[in-house]
Amino acid sequence: MNLQVLAQINSFLAALVLLTAFAMLSQRKINSLVILFAWQGLFLSINTAVTGFVAAKHHLYISSLLTLSLKVILLPYILHVLVVRLKIRKEMETIMNIPATMLIGIALVIFSYHLTAPVREMSTLITRSTLAVALATVMIGLLMMITRKHAVTQIIGFLAMENGLFFAATSATYGMPLVVELGVALDVLIAAFIFGIFFFQISTTFDSLSVEQMESLREDN
Amino acid sequence: MISPIELSIFSVAAFIIPVIFVMAAGVTKRLLIHVSFSVSALASLIIAIAGFMAVAGGVTEQIILPLGLPALPFHLRLDQLSGFFLFVVGLLSFIVSVYSIGYVSGLAADRPVKRLIVFYNLFIAAMFMVILADDALCFMVSWEVMAASSYFLVMFEDGKSENRRAAYLYMVMAHIGAILILLSFGVMAGIATGLDSFTGYTFDAMREARFPLKWATVAFLLSFFGFAAKAGVIPFHVWLPEAHPVAPSNVSALMSGVMLKTAIYGIVRITFDIIGVFPWWWGALVLVFGLVSAVMGVLYALMQHDLKKLLAYHSVENIGIILIGIGLSMIFTSFNLPAMAALALIAGLYHTMNHAMFKGLLFMGAGAILNATHERNMDEMGGLIRYMPWTSVFFLIGCISISALPPFNGFVSEWLTFQAFLLSPSLPSPLMKLLIPLGAALLALTGALAAACFVKVFGVIFLGNWRGHNPPVAAEAGWSMRIGMMLAALTCLCFGILPSVIIDWMDNISANLLGATLNTTAGVYGWMWLTPVDPERASYSGPLVLVGIVAVCAITYVLLHVRPGKISRVPVWDCGFQKLNNKMQYNSISFSMPFRRIFGYLFDIKEQIRLSPQPGHPAFPEMQHYYLRIRDRFWGWIYKPFINIVVLLSRKAGMLQHGRIHLYLIYSFVTIIFLLALL
Repeated sequence: MNLQVLAQINSFLAALVLLTAFAMLSQRKINSLVILFAWQGLFLSINTAVTGFVAAKHHLYISSLLTLSLKVILLPYILHVLVVRLKIRKEMETIMNIPATMLIGIALVIFSYHLTAPVREMSTLITRSTLAVALATVMIGLLMMITRKHAVTQIIGFLAMENGLFFAATSATYGMPLVVELGVALDVLIAAFIFGIFFFQISTTFDSLSVEQMESLREDN
Repeated sequence: MISPIELSIFSVAAFIIPVIFVMAAGVTKRLLIHVSFSVSALASLIIAIAGFMAVAGGVTEQIILPLGLPALPFHLRLDQLSGFFLFVVGLLSFIVSVYSIGYVSGLAADRPVKRLIVFYNLFIAAMFMVILADDALCFMVSWEVMAASSYFLVMFEDGKSENRRAAYLYMVMAHIGAILILLSFGVMAGIATGLDSFTGYTFDAMREARFPLKWATVAFLLSFFGFAAKAGVIPFHVWLPEAHPVAPSNVSALMSGVMLKTAIYGIVRITFDIIGVFPWWWGALVLVFGLVSAVMGVLYALMQHDLKKLLAYHSVENIGIILIGIGLSMIFTSFNLPAMAALALIAGLYHTMNHAMFKGLLFMGAGAILNATHERNMDEMGGLIRYMPWTSVFFLIGCISISALPPFNGFVSEWLTFQAFLLSPSLPSPLMKLLIPLGAALLALTGALAAACFVKVFGVIFLGNWRGHNPPVAAEAGWSMRIGMMLAALTCLCFGILPSVIIDWMDNISANLLGATLNTTAGVYGWMWLTPVDPERASYSGPLVLVGIVAVCAITYVLLHVRPGKISRVPVWDCGFQKLNNKMQYNSISFSMPFRRIFGYLFDIKEQIRLSPQPGHPAFPEMQHYYLRIRDRFWGWIYKPFINIVVLLSRKAGMLQHGRIHLYLIYSFVTIIFLLALL
């Protein structure tokens, strides 16, 4: 396969990652959100493998497998169990309405392209054009955390941000050293476990998982 | 032969013995107090001797300790200036430690003395280390240990909210001062070796550096205000009248007597030794702050009726007098008049030593009174001379010394300061020729007011009759307290009648710092006469004055007492009123009333006279209530607005804290976007 085609595939996968990010931003149902997160992980994993093939960096295959097992299978499974155990059925409320959020998301994408323009000029990597998408994914993840009220959606936003960072690492520098990636993967896994246990406790104690309840923890002055 | 610096290091290390001894199990309180304070007394005495030798020997020794941070070891140095301050601190710590044996035993019944012993020893050791330090790191570490341990000493009786407030205020002021000093060291170290190297932290590197005037001024102002906060120069004095009264009296004696002097040491060390070359207005600034502190300090002191608060304000006054000497010396130095600068510097340093002795004596006396009467308000005391004859004699000696009357030590140093003032007409600037004599007038006013204040103190506390409600249970202080006070009183007398000997000894300091000495003039007529400038101009002979005073007293006594029957004791004439009681005596509030009338605008005074409602005719009130409250104006002028601004700002900053996660996320989101957009 020639490089041109591979670059096309890479861009295509980047577009799919961005698409899932927007889909998550607009999705109200939590089950669909978890499935979208798994799709995003899958695209990420394929993209990593393709990049590894292009750059002939074999440790990226390991990262790809790691991503596949963690972000496509294990984390969505944990989240699913959490949703079932906590009996979350109703639609998630958002702080802003969905179209406005989407518009902000689009603005963020444009902003990211504007920011990474100098990098695209300088870089010689074939994956360089996807850096903007990675940055946009990070920011959309943060935006998701801001606009959602429910704690579980905040976790998904956080994990989506992590996806974006991972994507940025593979597209900007052909991935971090394997040791770092292993460490990050472990951290994410443990964070997900801790969040899960924590939320379970919170919801059994307070009968709610809305982060707005935390306002009552504020010290009155 | 062990050298002075090694001797002092070993003695400083010896202060750890009492700290360890406190932890030893199975020691009775009595044994603990006796052993601990004996060890501190001995170690202090040895350091005083080492300091004395260092000044007399005229050599400078340096040593590098294997302590501190990696690659930044502690440097120590013992030169004449630090030797002098070691002597002062060591001597007073020795005396106060002897006194503490009895004083702390009196406290031991109902209060935890272990932490008093631990922090007392840490405090003294830290003061010695401040003086010995020869790099910014060692200096700041010792300085902060000194501040922290004295904080715990002020907090000794932490059950009362008044004490906690005082200790907190002290801590805040000490930290503001420490930050300013640290910044000053930072500026000097940065100039000395540049910002990419740490080797500029030693004082040696700073000494060698040539400071540009701009940065030298910054460093001087930072360090001066930093040390001023510690020394209690007006307007940084607010913590003194709060912290000194609530600390145990032996600690107040040390804090007022010598801890404030470490700040004086810092000012002299940085201006004369490290910076070295400075314009005249630095000296003028020090002089003005000194004059304001002296006059305002004594005026505030006059208004007090709490004995220890009064003494605390007198510390402000005396720090002012010391700064006058140092400021004059700086002015003379900048006009290149080394002989006069030496006179003024020696006057300032001599007063430093004298103030340590007589203020230590007075606080020890106050502690003895407090122990006996459990009362700090002078208007509840009276007639103590009959119950505590020894204490009253020692206290009287302290009063005479601080009022700058011969033959005691206060007179000599204030007289020397006046001599320095009177030399100012030889300055080349006509403005200074006119203005500096005004300062002499203010100093004279200060001396007179201080004398008035101590007439009040001694008269109200020791003379007359007991004013309190309950009959007095006062008893004479114990033997160790009396020995401590006697040692201090003897020192006051010696420094007062043998000034030429002491000044010959102190000449090494000015020879080292300024390259000029006094001894060519001071000792030329022998040890009997002190002639600092020139014999035609002014001379003073301590021994002759003492002989004169003793002779006059003896003749008066003989004339009055030699023939029996000349003195008859009769009841006080009561103008026919016949219902005199002890509350009708002159008290401290009535004594200071004329000063309130004259200088009232300087204080925040609230005075009320209220007639209580009664059944009869309003022309014949049964009872009157007199209410008087005097406050420090500086609190309202400077500190209150500042506190209000800080509280307001923190309220405003607190509005950012909503406790909503979304808002916090938005804060970070907006920050990220903003920073990225800046790229």
